[in-house]
Amino acid sequence: MMTRNIHPLLIAGTALVFIFLVGPLIIVLGAALSDTTYLTFPPQGLSLRWFENIFQIEAFRHTILTSLQVALLSTIMALIIGIPAAYALNRYRVQLPGWLSTLFVLPVLVPELVLGFSLLKNLAVQLNGPIYVALLFGHALLVLPYVIRVIGASLASFDFSVEEAAISLGSPPLKTFFTILLPNVRSGVIAAFILAFITSINDVSISIFLTGPGLSTLPIQLLAHMEQFFDPTVASVSVLLMILTVAVMAIVERTLGLTFLAK
Amino acid sequence: MKRFAGWPLAAPATLLVVVFLVLPVLATIWTTFTTPSGPFATYLSFFGSSFRRTVLLRTIQVSLVTTAIALVIGFLTAYVISRAPGWLKSTLIIAAVFPLLTGVVVRSFAWLIILGKNGILNTTLLNLGLIGEPLSMLYTQGAVIVAMVYLFVPLMILTLVGVLESIPDDLIQASSSLGATPRATFMQVTLPLAVPGLIVGAVLVFTGSFTSYATPQLLGGEQVMMMGTLMYQQAMVTFDWVAASTIAAVMVVITIAIVALMNAMARRLNPMTV
Repeated sequence: MMTRNIHPLLIAGTALVFIFLVGPLIIVLGAALSDTTYLTFPPQGLSLRWFENIFQIEAFRHTILTSLQVALLSTIMALIIGIPAAYALNRYRVQLPGWLSTLFVLPVLVPELVLGFSLLKNLAVQLNGPIYVALLFGHALLVLPYVIRVIGASLASFDFSVEEAAISLGSPPLKTFFTILLPNVRSGVIAAFILAFITSINDVSISIFLTGPGLSTLPIQLLAHMEQFFDPTVASVSVLLMILTVAVMAIVERTLGLTFLAK
Repeated sequence: MKRFAGWPLAAPATLLVVVFLVLPVLATIWTTFTTPSGPFATYLSFFGSSFRRTVLLRTIQVSLVTTAIALVIGFLTAYVISRAPGWLKSTLIIAAVFPLLTGVVVRSFAWLIILGKNGILNTTLLNLGLIGEPLSMLYTQGAVIVAMVYLFVPLMILTLVGVLESIPDDLIQASSSLGATPRATFMQVTLPLAVPGLIVGAVLVFTGSFTSYATPQLLGGEQVMMMGTLMYQQAMVTFDWVAASTIAAVMVVITIAIVALMNAMARRLNPMTV
């Protein structure tokens, strides 16, 4: 397709938008590499000392591990219960009530802060449940809609008669699931995993209520650190998160192509 | 048998949402009506306090301005992207997705470096001799809006690229071969068909800004307090959980009302459904 009839001003405007989008992240990268004890851009002398500093601060080491663990566990939880739900919604669309798909969008509709606060108030305090469990379920809820939507999208192009053929030829349901269905939606599962993981790692609004002394996630720790110090450590943690994002995008690109995200 | 088909598979997810979202949120809202001083006392005190009214109005204002700017920037950018040749299109989409996948804290922090007293914007302006002393840009409504637009433009772009791409090329060609100027084609064919996407984008941006926490906290501080920051403060600093629950209830009602309103509008305005 050729570029058709686009006013040069519009193209210039788009260029500015992309400078606006990418510029601030380049500034963070520059600030992280600075040799100074205060935040500055362009960097004054290049150094990796602030990256080393991350791992010398016990709180960061600790929260990075917690964040990875919470993201992994909540994503797996969401996949285990989200895949069957996405399957049911596609396969038994007529038999299931219409409100069910609305129910699964609720975690997007209800403000995250409200969900986080409600889990703290009712689950952790009222029922005296462990806060870690509340954090885990909060994150699982947060990512469930992504899982159901992304896997639902890849199931939409799956021909269920293939599966029926396998079953009518005597394949047990569970075996059919693992040998017929799952391989067919593999790229959807990978994409859902990645989107869910990255969403959980970056979450602030649910986690802010479900963390505290002894239990914190990386973004919450970053916020706390920023309130006390204004040094390049936060910039270097930010760069680590960006590197993670690049890795993730590379995987999505290889499995699905990134234009998938615009659909 | 057929009637229950699918339920065992959907049950765990249904249970998760009901037990860990619907019930806790309803319980939170319920407590605001069961205070000792009567069912609506906490709402009367919320809307009676001029400070809280100011915060609510400010939040609505900031979210509306953010949504409007994001709609204009996002639509024009998405329009160019959807008409770009293949390689350029993927590059631009990657450039839009990258910030989206980078967390809110990192992206708000970037604006702290840019807008701070010794930030690069002030340094640049000072070096150019345009200003005599650093401007105070942080902790203003403008700073919050800029950072929010930055947060939500990629979301708007992605939503709209999908919608604009799905407009059949034939329609555009038919319009111009029947003699419409590019401007007329844009106004009478492309724009109306993009309305559902514009509405989805506006809902995402408005509700996202309306309920945000980190950005107003970092760039607005106490001076530009918004609903999310107020709710956190009531809950975790002053430990007034009834007040926090009331704010939560107000946020839920406004969010759901906006979504319902926009859905109704989308149905009325969508030329495809007529």
